[in-house]
Amino acid sequence: MTQTKAEEAPLVRPEPLEASAPSRANKAFAGLSAGSAIVILIVLAAVATFLLTEAWPALTDSATLDANVSWIRPDQGESLIEIIGYLVFGTLLISVIALVIATPLAVGIALFISHYAPRRLASSLGYLIDLLAAIPSVVYGLWGAMVLVPFLRPVFAWLTDTFGWFPLFAPDPSTGAASPTGRVALAAGIVLAIMVIPIISAVTREVFLQTPKLHEEAALAMGATRWEMVRMAVFPFGRSGVIGATMLGLGRALGETMAVYMILSSGLTFSFGILQSGKHNTIAAYIASQFPEANNWGVSALITMGLALFIITLLVNMLARWIVSRRAEFSGAN
Amino acid sequence: MAIADSTTLGQLSTGRRFKNGTATALVYSAFGVALIPLVWLSFTVITKGYKRFFLDANGEHNFNLDFLQQSMRGVVGGSPTGGILHAIWGTLLITAATAIISVPIGIMTAVYLVEYGRGRLKRAVTFFVDVMTGIPSIVAGLFAYALASIIIGPGTKTGFTGAVALSVLMIPVVVRASEEMLRLVPNELREAAYALGVPKWLTVTKVVLRTAIAGLATGVTLAISRVIGETAPLLVAVGFADSMNFNLFEGRMMTLPVYIVSEWKKGPAVCNDPTAVCVPEITEYRAWAAALVLILIVMTLNLVARLISRAFAPKAGR
Repeated sequence: MTQTKAEEAPLVRPEPLEASAPSRANKAFAGLSAGSAIVILIVLAAVATFLLTEAWPALTDSATLDANVSWIRPDQGESLIEIIGYLVFGTLLISVIALVIATPLAVGIALFISHYAPRRLASSLGYLIDLLAAIPSVVYGLWGAMVLVPFLRPVFAWLTDTFGWFPLFAPDPSTGAASPTGRVALAAGIVLAIMVIPIISAVTREVFLQTPKLHEEAALAMGATRWEMVRMAVFPFGRSGVIGATMLGLGRALGETMAVYMILSSGLTFSFGILQSGKHNTIAAYIASQFPEANNWGVSALITMGLALFIITLLVNMLARWIVSRRAEFSGAN
Repeated sequence: MAIADSTTLGQLSTGRRFKNGTATALVYSAFGVALIPLVWLSFTVITKGYKRFFLDANGEHNFNLDFLQQSMRGVVGGSPTGGILHAIWGTLLITAATAIISVPIGIMTAVYLVEYGRGRLKRAVTFFVDVMTGIPSIVAGLFAYALASIIIGPGTKTGFTGAVALSVLMIPVVVRASEEMLRLVPNELREAAYALGVPKWLTVTKVVLRTAIAGLATGVTLAISRVIGETAPLLVAVGFADSMNFNLFEGRMMTLPVYIVSEWKKGPAVCNDPTAVCVPEITEYRAWAAALVLILIVMTLNLVARLISRAFAPKAGR
């Protein structure tokens, strides 16, 4: 769930007077709750440690790795590190497509719910958007692969025919035509966009709702139209919140597995042709597709990839949290 | 926040009126566009999902509930039999185990953060709970797999491994939701309890947690509805199975999301034997029907969560 951080209560919590003998139950309960908190820290440390332990063989002994894993082919430019390079590129490319589609829509939805929709309906309409987040990713994958992709195929073909000169929409160089399957990076990006919209719009909505009323009313009193009020009062106040929300969406898109796995026809290149099939793959989808048949060395190599994904999402999420929390510090306007 | 009719003060310039109108139209259509996938997807899942329920073992068009009462044991080719009983049990058991692990840890951590925490440890826990919400689900699966490989033996895939993976995803969600609920409990209640000489741990358990119980239940239900649809970690940590397995600690298990993927992966069934009843689209029917069941479960949980919070909200609000 992606709420913004709960506000710290400014009040000092009352403390009970110490009884003559501090009760044992009291201490035990305090210890229990602190213990649970420490468990969380241990779990995170364990995630990093165990992943590193399992990845270690693949990281250190590349000769044995190359000999034991059929899909690692250093002679064809597909050593483990090169594959990770392709996958990181594919992951970023598809996530960026998703964000380019999702961010404007999500900001529009957030504005609709915070400033445009009738007050009475706003929360119910917001709930409708939250339902999008409740649908399991495997159902998105199934729908994307069996319904959306066949629907989009002619659209993609038209894009390739009409805007083929534009590098992103270039036709497949080997056939000179659009992808016959439609299982391309753009299709995966569109489905990911649908999945991250509720996350981005939920955070953005909260930020927009916190715009100081006085700023809005001042803008309206000066004769601003509603749009001018939004531009003058709401956007400047919410800008960093929108950026943080987008990064949270990025964090989700980077780690999304099933939808990409089921929609994308995979391949390993650095191609920017988002309408060509068999050119891209993402880290998570690659792991999901190779894992069931992998031997011990293959698993080790895949866990190395998982570690790379873990580190990337960790950095993105930390940056996002930092941006969102910085906004809280500097919103001293109200 | 009604926009004053500007005619009394003078006319808006055409440019400004145009911009305002365009922006309004764009904002409304953004919302409309977001509803398209929701409606389209729900429609597809319902219209494609019901078909398996109207196909009996002879390939005739008859309503039956075989799909909910059979596993996939011994189901081969395009035989219009086979169902999700094993997957439903797997999902129930794994999700229950996940909840048993995550709910106490999550709620107690929230209690720590709200009632006890101070200083460095509190800041560290708050920060790392945020970090934990960002762990990709497949990485959680890899972690559980690595843990089981090292502790039990390489290649161990059991239901419990899956529960560990899902717990990594569920704990931060429970902490976040519970923390917010506990903060809503008015300080006066705590003060009143202390004034009566109630020790702190009893105040927390009998006053604070009891006041927030509806909110906690809502948060936990929503968290369950989130993890119940997770696929990637279970694919990695639990694997596939065709038969019933009630033992979380031994052998692979099937779960609903993984069932959807595995049926989808099979592709259309090949009909070679003219004597056997064969429906080529049966795998597709099964995948959609399982998706329908999964969505119904998730939506029911969401609805329950909303009902709980609505049923208890007025009392807490006044």
